[in-house]
Amino acid sequence: MAERGIIGKSLPRLEDPPLVTGRGRFAADINFPHQLHMRIVRSAMAHARIVSIDAEAARALPGVVAVWTAADIPDASPVDFREGPNEKLAPYRQHVLAREAVRYVGDPVAAVFAESAYVAEDAADLVAVEYEELPVVLAADAPPGEFSPGRSTEATLVRQDYGDIDAAFAAAHLVVELDLSVGRHTGVPMETRGAIGRYDAARDVLELHGAAKVPHKNRDSLGRMLGRDVTGIHLYESHVGGGFGVRGELYPEDILVLMAAMRLGRPVKWIEDRREHLMATNHSRQQRHRIRAAVDAEGRLLAIDNEFFHDQGAYIRTHGTRVADSTCGLLPGPYRLPVYRARGHFRLTNKTPAATYRSPSRYETNFVRERVMDEIGRRLGLSPVDVRRRNFLAKEEMPFARPLAALGENVVYDSGDYALLLDKALAAFRWDEVQADMARRRAAGEMVGAALAVFVEKSGLGPTDGARVIVDTTGAVEVVTGGASVGQGFETVVAQVCAETLGVDYDRIRVTHGRTDRIEYGLGAHASRATVMTANATAAAAARVRAKALDVAAEMMQAPIEALDIVAGRVVRTDIESGPSVALGEIARNLAPSAKLRNGREPGLSSDGWFDTEHQTYPYGVQMAVVKVDPETGGVAVERMLVGYDIGRAINPMLVHGQIAGGFAQGLGGALYEEFRYSETGDPLSVTFADYLIPTASEVPEVEILLTEDAPSPCNPLGIKGAGESGIAAVGAVIASAVDEAIGIPGAITELPITPQRLKRILAGIRRPLAAE
Amino acid sequence: MKPAPFKYHRPTTLDEALAILAEVAEEDGRILAGGQTLVPMMALRLAYPPHLVDINAIPELARTRVEDGRLAIGALVRHADLQAPLGCPPLDGLLAEVASHIAHYPIRTRGTFCGSLANADPASEWCLVAATLGAEFVIRSADGTRSVGVEDYFQGVMATAIGPGEMLVEARLPLLPADSLWGFYEFSRRAGDFALGMALATLRLEGGVVGEARIGVGGAEEHPRRIAEAEAALVGRAPDEAAFRAAAAKAAAVIDPLEDHATDGTYRRELVETVVRRALSAAMAHRQARPRTEIEARS
Ligand SMILES: Cc1cc2nc3c(=O)[nH]c(=O)nc-3n(C[C@H](O)[C@H](O)[C@H](O)COP(=O)(O)OP(=O)(O)OC[C@H]3O[C@@H](n4cnc5c(N)ncnc54)[C@H](O)[C@@H]3O)c2cc1C
Repeated sequence: MAERGIIGKSLPRLEDPPLVTGRGRFAADINFPHQLHMRIVRSAMAHARIVSIDAEAARALPGVVAVWTAADIPDASPVDFREGPNEKLAPYRQHVLAREAVRYVGDPVAAVFAESAYVAEDAADLVAVEYEELPVVLAADAPPGEFSPGRSTEATLVRQDYGDIDAAFAAAHLVVELDLSVGRHTGVPMETRGAIGRYDAARDVLELHGAAKVPHKNRDSLGRMLGRDVTGIHLYESHVGGGFGVRGELYPEDILVLMAAMRLGRPVKWIEDRREHLMATNHSRQQRHRIRAAVDAEGRLLAIDNEFFHDQGAYIRTHGTRVADSTCGLLPGPYRLPVYRARGHFRLTNKTPAATYRSPSRYETNFVRERVMDEIGRRLGLSPVDVRRRNFLAKEEMPFARPLAALGENVVYDSGDYALLLDKALAAFRWDEVQADMARRRAAGEMVGAALAVFVEKSGLGPTDGARVIVDTTGAVEVVTGGASVGQGFETVVAQVCAETLGVDYDRIRVTHGRTDRIEYGLGAHASRATVMTANATAAAAARVRAKALDVAAEMMQAPIEALDIVAGRVVRTDIESGPSVALGEIARNLAPSAKLRNGREPGLSSDGWFDTEHQTYPYGVQMAVVKVDPETGGVAVERMLVGYDIGRAINPMLVHGQIAGGFAQGLGGALYEEFRYSETGDPLSVTFADYLIPTASEVPEVEILLTEDAPSPCNPLGIKGAGESGIAAVGAVIASAVDEAIGIPGAITELPITPQRLKRILAGIRRPLAAE
Repeated sequence: MKPAPFKYHRPTTLDEALAILAEVAEEDGRILAGGQTLVPMMALRLAYPPHLVDINAIPELARTRVEDGRLAIGALVRHADLQAPLGCPPLDGLLAEVASHIAHYPIRTRGTFCGSLANADPASEWCLVAATLGAEFVIRSADGTRSVGVEDYFQGVMATAIGPGEMLVEARLPLLPADSLWGFYEFSRRAGDFALGMALATLRLEGGVVGEARIGVGGAEEHPRRIAEAEAALVGRAPDEAAFRAAAAKAAAVIDPLEDHATDGTYRRELVETVVRRALSAAMAHRQARPRTEIEARS
């Protein structure tokens, strides 16, 4: 097969025409005749016993069809873990409507079903809940309290380790000890969540529209929770206005619309509003790390001992302890580390439940680990570049297995040349010139600083994905996948891979995703896996279709298969110029069940293809930043930002750039702006965009992107690694380090986000937290 | 995010509006101007006005005019209208610069100058302008018109002299003499956010020293106001860095800072010192008042 050069090209996105002409269909655009609107009554208390709920006035409001409390749905299952039952953690799951107690402000207490969204909200206002306040636990590093009688708020202690930690510390030349915290923030997609439940009694099928991220897995979970066979449940993804890990998990509202659709016999629509979103959709990130590193006289890591406190919020949601587990497994990053011990206190607090957000556990641990590296360098007089280079795993050590686990797999770095990427990035950034410039500007009185941070990402979680490629009798191609699109360009990438393999134009390919009624299995889109897994499966399916097409064509054209190729959707002879050719549609016609030429072949010009992998891939990168601090206001401006990233092989570099730029903007939010704050009684203080500050175009500088392909993945035939999380991964780390440099106080930044108020206190030498913290 | 039911009125004359307002005032009927504050409050169900009196169909309220040494700004004049030259330099240059700090452009095309004054957010730029320059507030009801001076207008956080059934129909700003120098400085978390602290200064120099100074501070106290102590520290001195520092220190010393969960009094006090000094420096840098572009203004 000739190289067609479709893979690797920055082709325009196939999915854009409806989006840029305002004809997309997001969850709120989905409507069914006779639908009801659901509104959730949410707890106003952070922790309280429910004494009584009076819904009479709400029920009496014209247009209200039903009001449910937990008593109305005694059979409802709590929201289950995606990976199946877990006895130890089960008691910490969230009921779809709170039973005896509420545990965070925003906890669903009642659900109103009404003829319009307005009436539903009016009625929700009328539901009177009487509470008896209980003591709140608002910090994971505070002593644990009681989750329920006899059950601690420390649900579990996660741990991973290898080697003799005491011996390593005893032999250390230097021990560095830091206390570091990452703030509570999360992915805040422009489109809030939405769920439309519909029961089709004629077919006995229960449908959930507005699905995202993991439709197939969610179908399995819903089957378990609702006690239905999964062939009688279907999920439908439409356009998704951003996922970032939070969208597309199962939440109480998803189950409520389905139960209501069945019981009330009408479609039920729920669209989350922004205030709800900021208190009901998964939060993320909040951890405090007390980390110690033992190093030798040359600054080489001998051991890391880390105790951390993971603030899970009020319940354990679909992910279980995944973020805390990966925090243990992925903290070491790109460095050689002979001995390691991580212990994480996985604790419940009276705040919104937490789970994954783009680059989960890596955003946190990159901050923590890179702070440690800076400190080691400083204590031993090594430059930030040298201390890292000295500790890098070498290219020759790849693949490199660490006796740790993340996302249920052993950590095996598949390929990488960290030192090479760092060198390239230093050159691209003009690091030495920048340092000289910083020195000049600092001498002139400016508070400016440059810094770098190195990270390893992970992507392409397996184990298996499949795709089906179908060529119809007009020659149009459909790729049916179990993938999902959260706006990242999934359709384009899959079409490019199919086009390259099969030999058709990529814009003649329709990519189907997010529909459980079209394909039995699917991984969805999370953990930067869609491209790696689904694209490789697509390549496998396309290769089989190609083989089948050539086989039929050889017969039709009376030519040897070796002399045939497929170009722009036609089978042509490579040995004769302007010879005969046959369109793929024609071949498809000859493979119709009744076609004569089929000659016992399976009907249809179509095939399934599967891709199996034992391991995730580990792309890696380096981020560099120049910041300027205004010492009087405490404001931080990012003057320059570079992301260097080795992606193995980029299918569409433009899309990778988009992923990196968008990720960076979110990372900057966590570094400088975004924070869910709570009052001492557990009232959320960041429930509008006036208080939860997302960086805007004015705050986000242009990102310089250095994309390399030096370490293709040996784990898949296309050599690709994921791109989704590289832009965000080390932003907290690099900005913290650059601010240290700018203010000339090494190690000053121990907490994210770096707000002006906090920075001013650091500059004033005050380490005491603000009153409300 | 769906407002509670309300009755919507859309009068086409001022008298009609005032008559409706008189009727619905007792039940907390509200004027709807740009809606950039009121509508979000209703959507969040933090405000439940049973009546809205939309004044957007009353064209006479949308005018600015220069009269008797004052710029009169009607109740429907939008923030964005004040970003264009109004033919009354240097005041219009000052307004244009200040306007560029209010929210974002789409909001500025709807939100009104008078709505900001009526809403009286502690961090409202227009309230700072009104307080510093000494605005006169023309307030009408079905019963008649009264004029309120700035001393009596601001009455606390989001509290003003406007009573139930009354409308601020016009605010009048004294024109700035041609030789006035002015400077504005604001610090906010992001472009377009409400200020954590801001200052507006106008100066006139006489024989190389400051003859007249107005220094207003906003975002730091219950409502923006002039800081007489800071002004006094400046008058009679050469307009140099040392004098600006002295005035700024005075302002910081005398304010009674607001505190909130993210910002303590010390931060605000120190920020006041910074913004006052920077506003004064900006005044000197601006010798010819020129409306700057937004990007310049932000950097
Ligand atoms: C995202 C965002 C950012 C913002 N940032 C800023 C900022 O940085 N600085 C700033 O100052 N503002 C900011 N605002 C607020 C904006 O400037 C509003 O436009 C302004 O505060 C109110 O003006 P309005 O015309 O929209 O008033 P409305 O929302 O219509 O009314 C506000 C209140 O004033 C009353 N009212 C309105 N007009 C009159 C009148 N003529 N007489 C008597 N009562 C009246 C109304 O009844 C209501 O109670 C922001 C708003 C948003 C949405």
